[in-house]
Amino acid sequence: MMEHSDILQYLIMGVQSGCIYALVAMGFNMIYNATGIINFAQGEFVVLGGLLMVTLTMTVQLPIPLAFITTTAAVTLAGIAMERFTINPVKNPTVLRLIIITIAVSIIMKGIAMGVWGKSSYFMRHFSGSESLDFFGATILPQTLWIMGILVLIVALYIFFFNYTMTGKCMRACAINRDAARLSGINDRRMVMLSFALSAGIGAIAGIIITPIIQMDYARGALLGIKGFGAAVLGGLGNSMGAIMAGVLLGVLEAASAGFISSHYMDAIALFVLLLVLFTRPSGIFGSSAAMKLKEF
Amino acid sequence: MNVKDYYGIGFLAAIVAALPFMVANDYYLGILIFTALNCLTCIGLCLLLGYAGQISMGHSAFLAIGAYSSALFTTKLGWNPWAAMGAGMAISMVVAVLVGLPTLKLKGHYLAMATLGFASIVHVVCVAAVDITGGPSGVSNIPRLSLFGFELNTDTRIFYFCWTMVILGLYLAVNLIHSRVGRGLQAIHGSEDAASSLGVNITVDKIKIFVLSAAFASLSGSLYAHYVLYIDPGPFDVMHSVLLITMVAVGGIHSIWGAITGATLLSLLPEGLSFLSEGLAKFNIQYKTDYDTLVYGGILLVIMLFMPEGLFDGLRRSTAMVFRLNGEKGQGK
Repeated sequence: MMEHSDILQYLIMGVQSGCIYALVAMGFNMIYNATGIINFAQGEFVVLGGLLMVTLTMTVQLPIPLAFITTTAAVTLAGIAMERFTINPVKNPTVLRLIIITIAVSIIMKGIAMGVWGKSSYFMRHFSGSESLDFFGATILPQTLWIMGILVLIVALYIFFFNYTMTGKCMRACAINRDAARLSGINDRRMVMLSFALSAGIGAIAGIIITPIIQMDYARGALLGIKGFGAAVLGGLGNSMGAIMAGVLLGVLEAASAGFISSHYMDAIALFVLLLVLFTRPSGIFGSSAAMKLKEF
Repeated sequence: MNVKDYYGIGFLAAIVAALPFMVANDYYLGILIFTALNCLTCIGLCLLLGYAGQISMGHSAFLAIGAYSSALFTTKLGWNPWAAMGAGMAISMVVAVLVGLPTLKLKGHYLAMATLGFASIVHVVCVAAVDITGGPSGVSNIPRLSLFGFELNTDTRIFYFCWTMVILGLYLAVNLIHSRVGRGLQAIHGSEDAASSLGVNITVDKIKIFVLSAAFASLSGSLYAHYVLYIDPGPFDVMHSVLLITMVAVGGIHSIWGAITGATLLSLLPEGLSFLSEGLAKFNIQYKTDYDTLVYGGILLVIMLFMPEGLFDGLRRSTAMVFRLNGEKGQGK
């Protein structure tokens, strides 16, 4: 018989990884909304953020806030570079070609990460102490609180940016109808670049905050990416608020299945959910199927 | 079937027949056997990717199903290797139908992600189901194949057998492309709506080709198991699916011959790279096999950015461009 504290513990674990999936999903959505592309390199931004943060805090010994900003800025630049050099130059893009291009970029980023950091996984110190706190009989790491807090902060910034700033509104206009947006004088090419920048930045932050808990290594990108995509689809592709709820839900589901079924199959469960949603309701549980028909894949 | 294709197959058969006399070294023969196995998988993948226009990141899973079926049915149940191979193909085809039915209704990105998810699940199961698959330590003591009492126990024999399979597969694929089904598939690639209005049953045709390409991959996986005699989950990860797509893309996704050349070039590439690394070592530059990932990614990116119709088309067009430039200069004088 499961104790209440056990269930609570799984819930905490689930929310913790769910926050990361939510952030990855938000990254997918930003690029998808601006371009209609699913960026298969999304998971690699997370890895890059995590590994860069490890180097800056553990080797260079920068204080955490400074390292946080530097890392996010650097990965954002990587996102911009990806858009400028691999997406922007493609004339007459077909979906198949764009998919393969982002896959190629993900392999290259993985290769670079392996070349620079090697195959070992890296430990990073927690933001504020690694002693777990007691929470109604379950334990919670201060880092988990950081993760939740940062997710909330990012969501707040996200809502502010897309609703109250001119650039954010321009990006939304592009997402809804690119031709109409261009006619109103919005530079849609710049919005595409911006979406890659933001998406890479969010990916980097996800990598930075999870690294103290999971110990980052170069090969984690693919799985983080596909689970984040699962969250994005579950929440309705392009719908970031849905993605956040779906991400947390997926995380909890995964932690619960690890606890109740088997931790060996934990990774398979999230993927199975992804397939199930794709097969039965590709518009996601929070998305409307009518709106989905208007979108192109 | 085109006359050119007959010549092509004859030419390939001649090269294959002659190669073991030129390559005496078992190590290189082994690499050529792996080349054959990659060619076999890529023929199937090319039918799906280039002719039906459907991307699959899941072919490593069908390789795994073939290899594990061969390994497990022979070692655990004592089946004849041929029966195990057939069972593997049957399982792969059934799985392909089950995965294909819902998946192929999806397009583009969703299809890529769904097949990727499927491949990841198969890989996770291979690693986690320790009781059945042996987990990370894999299955060993897989028996060799034998043809009517003639055991395929030397690399030369296996070489001939695997390449015969490639040629048969190629023959089948070329015939298929020039049949009604093949023309229907190319119509799907052009426009699904137009094809279906002209009476092509899109869903059935796409699933047929997905199942066929799964069977090719499964066969290749089985042959791999019976050649190496030991398997573990390592070679069947998602990265391998990406590598297969790279092979098809390098040769040009719209041509079955491109798939063969691409698979051959990329299978020989690691050897080329190790030659290169010896050369670089003289200049004190360390090349590690770890960089291979980077090289494959770079090749895939360059091909997709600059030569979307494959290496040869790209080279042909760039030389044509150089000639044209020269011609214009000449006219200017």
